[in-house]
This record gives sequence, structure tokens and C-alpha cells, in this order.
Amino acid sequence: MPAATATAPAPAGAVAPAPPRITKNRRKLQDNLTGHAFLIGAVLCFGLFMWFPMIRGIVMSFQRTRRGVTTWVGWDNYIRIIEDPSFWTAWKNTFYFTALALILGFVAPFFVAILLNEFRHAKGYLRILVYLPVMLPPASALYLFKYYAYDPSEAGLFNAILAFFNLPTSEWMQSPTMTMPAMVIASTWMNMGGAVLIYLAALQNIPGDLYEAAELDGAGLWKRIWHVTIPQTRLILALLAMMQIVATMQLFIEPLILANGAGTQDSATSVAYLIYQHGFFQNDLNGAAALGVIMLLVLAAFSAVYLRLSTKQD
Amino acid sequence: MSRTLISHAQLQRGRGRFLYWALLGIIVTAFTLIFIGPLYWMVTGALKSGQELAQTPPTLFPRDPEFTNYIDAWNNLNLAKLLFNTIYYAAGAVLFQLILDTAAAYALSKLRPVFGNVILGAMLATLMIPAMVLIVPQYQTVISLPVLDISLLDSPFAIWLPMVANAFNIFLLKRFFDSIPEEIMSAAFMDGASPLRTLWSILLPMSRPILGVVSIFAVTAVWKDFLWPLLVMPSQETRTVSVGIYAFAAGTPQNVVVAASVIAAVPTVIIFLIFQRNIMSGLTTGSLKG
Repeated sequence: MPAATATAPAPAGAVAPAPPRITKNRRKLQDNLTGHAFLIGAVLCFGLFMWFPMIRGIVMSFQRTRRGVTTWVGWDNYIRIIEDPSFWTAWKNTFYFTALALILGFVAPFFVAILLNEFRHAKGYLRILVYLPVMLPPASALYLFKYYAYDPSEAGLFNAILAFFNLPTSEWMQSPTMTMPAMVIASTWMNMGGAVLIYLAALQNIPGDLYEAAELDGAGLWKRIWHVTIPQTRLILALLAMMQIVATMQLFIEPLILANGAGTQDSATSVAYLIYQHGFFQNDLNGAAALGVIMLLVLAAFSAVYLRLSTKQD
Repeated sequence: MSRTLISHAQLQRGRGRFLYWALLGIIVTAFTLIFIGPLYWMVTGALKSGQELAQTPPTLFPRDPEFTNYIDAWNNLNLAKLLFNTIYYAAGAVLFQLILDTAAAYALSKLRPVFGNVILGAMLATLMIPAMVLIVPQYQTVISLPVLDISLLDSPFAIWLPMVANAFNIFLLKRFFDSIPEEIMSAAFMDGASPLRTLWSILLPMSRPILGVVSIFAVTAVWKDFLWPLLVMPSQETRTVSVGIYAFAAGTPQNVVVAASVIAAVPTVIIFLIFQRNIMSGLTTGSLKG
């Protein structure tokens, strides 16, 4: 803190007793400088990699850079992006993935957490199991799914299990209809641990007397879940649903690795993958920025509606 | 243990007791199969020969396990270099986060300079922005840093500096510092300790658990990240392990790719098994009690 040490000796060296207000102000200024000296590193990083890019992304979406010359082009980038034949497919796929992931990846962890919370044994072990896949690098886990689990022949793990039970096998990533469900299964397996642990912590905060009272009133198991567990955890449920939707809408690595990007008949193309395609393969960073802004608007609109609906219930 | 959905007493008598143990047995088995099963498949599958892997139905145990896939993966993909790179980036990320984020959280919590709350608000607001939206302008920043006009491509700073801009960490640290009583601070200032000294000798020793959590999160974040290192570390010498495997996957036998994936996953799994208590408590305290 050069600023702090530089100003410190000045008041001590002054011979005449300075008016108290000035020393006080000076002291205040010095404290503020010290405070900001501690802040400056993080603030610079936020500025460079968060605040400035946010503005720059919007600016870029209205510009076009060709051979180092940047010009304003109005809505051209947006028009070009929307007219891309993959644009609507990508949104359709992304929404489909988000919806499927919500059914599987949001409901399943909640019931898993309820179940785990009832057990008095093996709790630590089960918790470690559920969270273990979260720690794997996603690329590692996805190659496992791609090569071993989703192998379209009966040598693949999933098909071997299906064949063992005499169920019809699937082509998995080779089939346009199974591509999405297959990606959701892999993604849920990799990510559900975090949600389970957060739910478990929320469940532990529910006062036991509520269940006691509900039971005395003759409420069965499902009624207790419906009238005690869910209302008591509603806030965290709402928050996690929201976080999950925002996360799944950014679907990227699953299509990239499992489906080599677009997948069979464009069945895997996601909006995030399209941003990547435009920005880094078609040499169209401005178009990619425009698509980023569209994505931001869609997510913001969605969040606003969601907040409105969830606050109205109160 | 407080009561949950089903009362404890109910589970200790006759039918309830039987059901409880039966269900526990089923769940423990099912979860082991679901969550460890694929990992077992991955580790042993990479021990099989290509021929055995294509066999139907697949073999549960490798007939004659061979380590050639693992050895090929290690040599052909230059995994030692890739792992070294990733460890280097992770270590730097921990260092930068610990120094700059701790200093910022300390300033916001204890020194409270003017506009501190505005800055905190602006930081927390970034939590609302989806990462994918910023990827293009962030990349622009990296290829040409504003004012200085230098490129950070292939430089570790391209990973370290964005890691500092982590509002969740600052929030976590600030809340922890908030819980340290003000009297301790003023006592230190009375004794003539400078703000830096107070942070170093009083606050930091008290914050070891939270610093541990932040460090573990930083390591796993760098280890798991994919798109960002794919973009900012384009050359072969600077790749992280995940990106390296992806770059080699197309022209490499499947078994070798999976063997490399196993090797890439080992460090995070070890970190998890050692620090699982800290990781899980950090996750839930950070998200719940905010």
C-alpha cells in the first residue's frame, strides 16, 4: 500500500496543531485508499473479464470486423444468425434438453435426498457415491459414455444390460430420437450430486415437530411429503430449479464430445455449440456475440417470468 | 438425531425394521452399481484388448488384463506434460484467488471503503450472467488486452486472472469475515497493527477452513474446465489434460482415449476422497445460508 504509507507521516510532521476536521478527513481519505488498495486486484480482474466483456459483447454484436477494420453494421449480425438454418434447431434442441433435464435432473435428486435423509446407516457412503461423478472432469466422463456405454452394438454397456433383460437395444447417439435422452442421462449422472447435497442440507433444517404434528393429524407418507417437506424446502427448490435451467440452457460439452457437435441429423446442436461454431470456426465472432446477446435476453426474460410467478404464490 | 419423514421408533419394530433394512440394502447396492459401476467399467474396459471390447456380451472381468492402453495413452498423448500443465494452472489459480479474493473480501467486510457496497453489488451481479454469453467478448479481451494491447493466448494468466473474478468466492469469504467480531479488529488497530498485518496475523489464521474450501474449489474448477482452456490454450504445449484428450480423441483408438480419461480423472477423485468433508460442507454452507 504505497498510498497509505506515503500519506501517513504528514500529519505527525505538522508542527502547528491542525484543525481537527482536516485530520479527520485526511484519516478518512487514507482509510478509503487503504481499503481500495486491497480491492484493486479483484476489481481489475472483474473489470477485465466480467464487466467490460458484458458491455463489449453487446457492442460487438452491432459491429463487424473484417481484415482488422471494424464497422457498425446495425442489426446485420442478428439477421445473419437468425437466418442460419441451424438457429431454430439449436433452440428447439436446447429447450428439449432443458425440459428433459428438469424432469430427470431436478425431480430425481429431490427424491434421492428424501430417501437418503431417512437412512440412519451408510449415509456418508451414499453421499460420497452420489457426489463422486461431480468431481470427474466432464470430458473424461463423457468419453466413458461415448465409447463404452452408448456403443450401438451389443458390446456397449447399456445395450448389454438391455439385451440381458431381453429389452430392445438402442442406437443411442446414432439415432436422432435417442440423442437427447442419452445426453440427459449422461449429464444427470455427472451433475446430480450437487443438487442432492444441497437438498439434504435443506431437509435437515426441517423441524421434526412438523412431521410429528402431521402424523398425529393422520397424514400418510405422501401427504407428509406434500404438506411438510415440499413447503418447507420450497425456497431452495425454486432456487435450484432456476439455477439448473440456466445451466442446462448452456449445454455445450455433451454435444461436442458425445455427438461430435451437431449429432445425427442435427439432433444435438445446441445454442452454445452454435456460438462456438460461429465464433471459432466460421470466423464470425460478431455473429457469435449477437447469439450470446440473444441467449442472455432469453434467459433474462425467463428469469423475470419465473420470479414473477414464484413471488405471486406467496 | 431429530425426527425426519418417518419416525425413528417406527423403523425399529417388526415390519418397519425389516422394510428399513431391505430398502437400505437395495439402495446401497443400486447406488454402488449406478455410481461406481461405470467407473469400474471405465478402468477395466481400458485394460481389455480391442478384440475383447468388441465382444458380445461384454466380459465382466478383463480376460487377460494388459496395461498397453494405459502405457500408450501416457506416451502418445504426452500425458505427463498435460498433467503438469493442469497442475500448474490449478496451483496458480489457487494462489491468485487466495491473495486477491481474500484481500477484496477483507476490504469489503472490515475496511469498508466508500463505494464498497456498489462494488460488491456489481460483483454479485455477475453471478446472474450465464458464462456462455461472455465467452466471445472474454476471448476478445484475451487476444488483445485493453490499453496494454498484449495477447494472453497460451499464457497461464488467461486462466489465472478470470478465476479471480469469482463472485461466489468473494461472497463466501466476505461472509466468513463478517462473522469475525468487530472487537478483535479494533483491538488490533488500537495496538497499532496495520490493516495488512491484521489480515495476515489475525484474520487469516482464523479462516483456515474457508480458505481450504476456496482452494479445493479452485483446483477442481481448473481441472474440470473445458471450453475456456480449449479457446485460450490453442497450442499443443500449453493444453490442459481434458483439452489434450479431446484434441487427440479423433485419431486415437477408443481404448486409449478411455485409458487417458481414467488417468485424467484420478487426481480429482483422490482430492475428493481426501477432502470430501470440506468439499461437501463448503458446497452446502455456500448455497444455503446465504
